[in-house]
Amino acid sequence: MSAPPFVEVKNLSRVFDVSKPWLNRVIEREEQKFLHAVTDVSFSIGKRETVALVGESGSGKSTVAKMVVGLLPPTEGSVTIDGVDMWSLADAEKRQALRRRIQMIFQDPYASLNPRWRVGSIIADPIRAFGLATDRAEIEHQVGELLRLVGLDPADAAKYPHEFSGGQRQRICIARALSSKPEFLVADEPTSALDVSVQAQILNLMRELQDRLGLTYLFISHNLAVVRHMAARIGVMYLGRVVEISPTQELFSAPRHPYARMLLDAVPDLAMTGRPRKMVEGEIPNPISPPPGCAFNPRCPAVLDRCRREVPELATTTSAAHAVACHAVAEGRI
Amino acid sequence: MTETPALSVRNLRVEFPTRRGTLAAVDDVSFDIAPGEVLGIVGESGAGKSLTGTAIIGLLEPPGRVAGGEIRLNGQRIDNLSREAMRPIRGKRIGMVFQDPLTSLNPLYRVGEQIIETIRTHLPMTEREARARAIELLIEVGIQGAERRIDSYPHEFSGGMRQRVVLALALCAEPELIIADEPTTALDVSIQAQIIQLLKRLCRERGTAVMLITHDMGVIAETANRVAVMYAGRIAEIGPVREVIQSAHHPYTRGLMGAIPSIEGTGDRLTQIPGSMPRLTAIPKGCAFNPRCPHAFDRCRVERPDLMPVDHSLAACWLVAPVSAEPPR
Repeated sequence: MSAPPFVEVKNLSRVFDVSKPWLNRVIEREEQKFLHAVTDVSFSIGKRETVALVGESGSGKSTVAKMVVGLLPPTEGSVTIDGVDMWSLADAEKRQALRRRIQMIFQDPYASLNPRWRVGSIIADPIRAFGLATDRAEIEHQVGELLRLVGLDPADAAKYPHEFSGGQRQRICIARALSSKPEFLVADEPTSALDVSVQAQILNLMRELQDRLGLTYLFISHNLAVVRHMAARIGVMYLGRVVEISPTQELFSAPRHPYARMLLDAVPDLAMTGRPRKMVEGEIPNPISPPPGCAFNPRCPAVLDRCRREVPELATTTSAAHAVACHAVAEGRI
Repeated sequence: MTETPALSVRNLRVEFPTRRGTLAAVDDVSFDIAPGEVLGIVGESGAGKSLTGTAIIGLLEPPGRVAGGEIRLNGQRIDNLSREAMRPIRGKRIGMVFQDPLTSLNPLYRVGEQIIETIRTHLPMTEREARARAIELLIEVGIQGAERRIDSYPHEFSGGMRQRVVLALALCAEPELIIADEPTTALDVSIQAQIIQLLKRLCRERGTAVMLITHDMGVIAETANRVAVMYAGRIAEIGPVREVIQSAHHPYTRGLMGAIPSIEGTGDRLTQIPGSMPRLTAIPKGCAFNPRCPHAFDRCRVERPDLMPVDHSLAACWLVAPVSAEPPR
């Protein structure tokens, strides 16, 4: 591949200052505290591809999503979308044009729709904001089309969000995200607040829309099965770092990083195949004071001294698309 | 089975009087749980699964009330007891585990104080005996350094550890039944697996019956012996876990299973059930599932099916009705 990928995330880091207020620090003689939410995350997404980030709470996946769409400035690193740097001052004008092409879908469809606005106004807002249409009849027409696209009725535009169920509200959120005709959608846990039968509807809808509109997705989730269903490639995050990134099939058939293996083993065996599984041990450490070296070392069955000192780098394994950050894998121990 | 079930629920009905008439949130629900057995109650939001649990422990919020049916705990009827008579049963004979461990623990008291208080309320023990017992329990639920941790406050524990404390609290009076309402929903997958294993082991060892309420079929598959699938306030299907998961009889259960993305499957389009669960104010006539059911026929739209035996399960669906049960027309 010679063309640069559609979305490129390079060495992205984000540090939050979680110190107490200055006066308290002086009185209690405490040092400043920093939370390294995301450290040195790099990945790329090709056009029309779905890449997923999966991880447990505190792994930094949502922080990555926010930095990618431009809601949160990174401490270090860059996000480049279609050749435009999301965070450099030089690209400010181009970025304005890029904004329209990026949209986000959030987890909670109850919190992300203004209860005082009619659905029609909610969906029309991006159209108006980006000046995509000014004629009232034209806007109404577009809103109607969008509602139909996500499986709702054009007449629903006159209703308020509270008149809809959770799944329908998520459809409205998707319609709103699509109203500016974006090419790249970032979905942060879009189905976690929904029941399974409704989740299936939304996941199917997102895949249909991708095929029909040629969308590119960054999909954030804690649910491995959902991610497997949606993504072509998956990055597994642990305490702010990507520990393994791999094509979906490979990750599920041959996970390499001990954490990825553990996560897969923790997924309930719904088919009741009785596949052999190892018991998960330990807990996620406090991200404010993560263990030195590899952050997973206190829970890792293959831990050696080196893991407690040195942070492992993400390195490709047998195939170029499959990278793992683990000393044990690099040394060929597991 | 000649053994008395630990919990026996017969034709339970929970009603909410509203301005627009009385709503039945739980209707004609019957099941038994044997000692040491785990019965999973699964369903989507609004199916009435949590209300069934709340009705059993007698904590329904007014104006909700048990409008009919019987609840028996080891043969003793408990649905008609007064608040005062119910109090010693709750905590002593029925233990409870809720979704959010932070709200089931009092943040102002050390976890030890809370466990000791519960033990001493229900069992004749001195402070010292109770403390020793509390430490034993904390060790048993897998809390490292229990002698020290017993004097910590709930906020000093992580989510998974807090849920372990709640389990210790539920088990401290050696209850006959544990009602666990979404015990792992607030936890990460790796922690969830640990809590499930723990709950399963502790109850098997003690012969405690468990009513496990969850929306997560995965948790049911891991934990339960039998499962009841609820839909719009009624049981749609009840049977052994393996049978319900692998060869469900009710179209709703089948749809539900197909809708779950798996880590083994083909990655094709998920089966989806069109529409959503009806609101209580507008439960369809006949079988409540009929507007969403791909197999619905005339009878489903007029007559409500009762639970009918099929294989080792019971399913409320006309499709499984024996031909002889067809009413004369």
